[in-house]
Amino acid sequence: MKPLPRLPDNWRSRAADWLSPLAASAVSLFLLGLIRVLTGAQARWWGCPPKAEQRIYFANHQSHADLVMIWAALPKELRSNTRAVAAREYWTKSPVRQWITTAVFNVIYVSRERHADEDPLEPLVEALAAGDSLILFPEGTRGHADEPQAFKAGLYNLALKFPQVELIPAWIANVQRVMPKGEVVPVPVLCSVTFGAPMQVQAGEDCHTFLARARSAVIALRDI
Amino acid sequence: MYQTLKNLSPSQQIGAMFVLVFGLLLLASLTLFLLSMREHDDGLAQQNHRERMQNLSGLLRTSWSLIFVFWVAWLASDISRLLLFALGSFFALREFLTLSPTRQGDHRSLVLAFFVVLPLQYFLVGTEHFNLFTVFIPVYVFLALPVASALANDPVRFLERNAKLQWGIMVCIYGMSHVPALMLLDFPHYDKKNAFLLLFLVLVVQTCMVTQHLVARHRPRPPDAPQISQSFTWHSWSWGMAAGSLLGALLAGITPFVPGQAFALSFIACAAGSLGHLVMKALKRDRGIPIWHGQGKAVTGAGGMLDRIDSLCFAAPVFFHSVRWYFGL
Repeated sequence: MKPLPRLPDNWRSRAADWLSPLAASAVSLFLLGLIRVLTGAQARWWGCPPKAEQRIYFANHQSHADLVMIWAALPKELRSNTRAVAAREYWTKSPVRQWITTAVFNVIYVSRERHADEDPLEPLVEALAAGDSLILFPEGTRGHADEPQAFKAGLYNLALKFPQVELIPAWIANVQRVMPKGEVVPVPVLCSVTFGAPMQVQAGEDCHTFLARARSAVIALRDI
Repeated sequence: MYQTLKNLSPSQQIGAMFVLVFGLLLLASLTLFLLSMREHDDGLAQQNHRERMQNLSGLLRTSWSLIFVFWVAWLASDISRLLLFALGSFFALREFLTLSPTRQGDHRSLVLAFFVVLPLQYFLVGTEHFNLFTVFIPVYVFLALPVASALANDPVRFLERNAKLQWGIMVCIYGMSHVPALMLLDFPHYDKKNAFLLLFLVLVVQTCMVTQHLVARHRPRPPDAPQISQSFTWHSWSWGMAAGSLLGALLAGITPFVPGQAFALSFIACAAGSLGHLVMKALKRDRGIPIWHGQGKAVTGAGGMLDRIDSLCFAAPVFFHSVRWYFGL
């Protein structure tokens, strides 16, 4: 009798490599279905069409679900090379969260805590250089007021480094009503993401002026 | 022809009816398709033509999906039929609540409404607890939800928020659940042909609404409540009522009623449906939107479901309870 072929030593990691994409697409299908039933996940391309150009979408941030929402609202073709920027502290807290954000959403982690020796924008610069689009929440943290907080400078610096990338403002409506802070059961409420007209840093525009302009472009989408 | 139809078994009759309705829809779709091929030389005329076609095809799409839903409802077992209407309630309530501002303190009550009240109401319908199902929401839920809201410790606009939630539940869950409840009414000598009763209600109410709409459009008069609706006039309303009730009397053959009863019951259902639609319009005005889905202008977008079914949600309970009371079922 022939001896059974021996499993390679790293069979566990190889099986995981093979199974993980399958599980990721199953989970992403499930999440998409869930989000559509709960929120409708409607994308309103008001200021620009959904095109496969390199873009930075920047939006208001009121709930951790914003990330999932904007991911679900993008068409399938754009979803694969559009990567959201997520807070490392929150999204890597448990293995499940980490797996979902890496395998399903393919996010870019940024740390909230600053270390003196590293540039927090570096992973974003790498992704843009590789040709990916970004989803950015320039407030940095979740806001709880009606209007978004002041934007952080990262958006301006990225825009200066990559002038050919389109900057698209977006307003995410209603997500904070689906799952307010501290609740576990989501409530069905229709949500939408409104995408505005592309904007750019104008010649000689300073950081402060540009960020104020970007913020008002996001707010302007609320009432459309 | 009539005799052959009459000698068929009930389920064959219902099947024949669906074949007829699907045939008519197919014919309408074909006609629309051919019409949409027509080219106008004049740019403006072409634009108008295209808009009219879009309008009509939207209407036709709604009819297709409605009939399809009822066809599935007839094919399916009792349980899946209930699930179908429960899903309708779910989407309608989702739409209603999107446009009623809620606060964080309402979260628990909203969860209760969607995941406890809604399934329980349909469970009561399914298990034929008629007495409990008619009072469950107006009596028990009426008290229970405000308690959940009060415990959330947020007094800001408390009455307003709770009233809106109650309203949504009454219209979207209570009203809607009376449509499948019609299937469970047990008329003597009717061989359980209740799918006809359901179709009767939908046809009569829709005819009333469409006639009202057409008369208002083609014989415009100054609106009687211009702040609420630009199209509502007592004149067009009477035409709608007449058309709906007459159709009801004509359709008496597919119901357990004699023509007089059918006329009176359709009249009641049409009055409830058309005036309920007006009430929903007032609610929409309060929120500052012309239609529930706002055609991409309002926050919501998806659906527009409530717009189509609100008259049914108001007509069904009134129709159901008049029938039950009159026939002592």
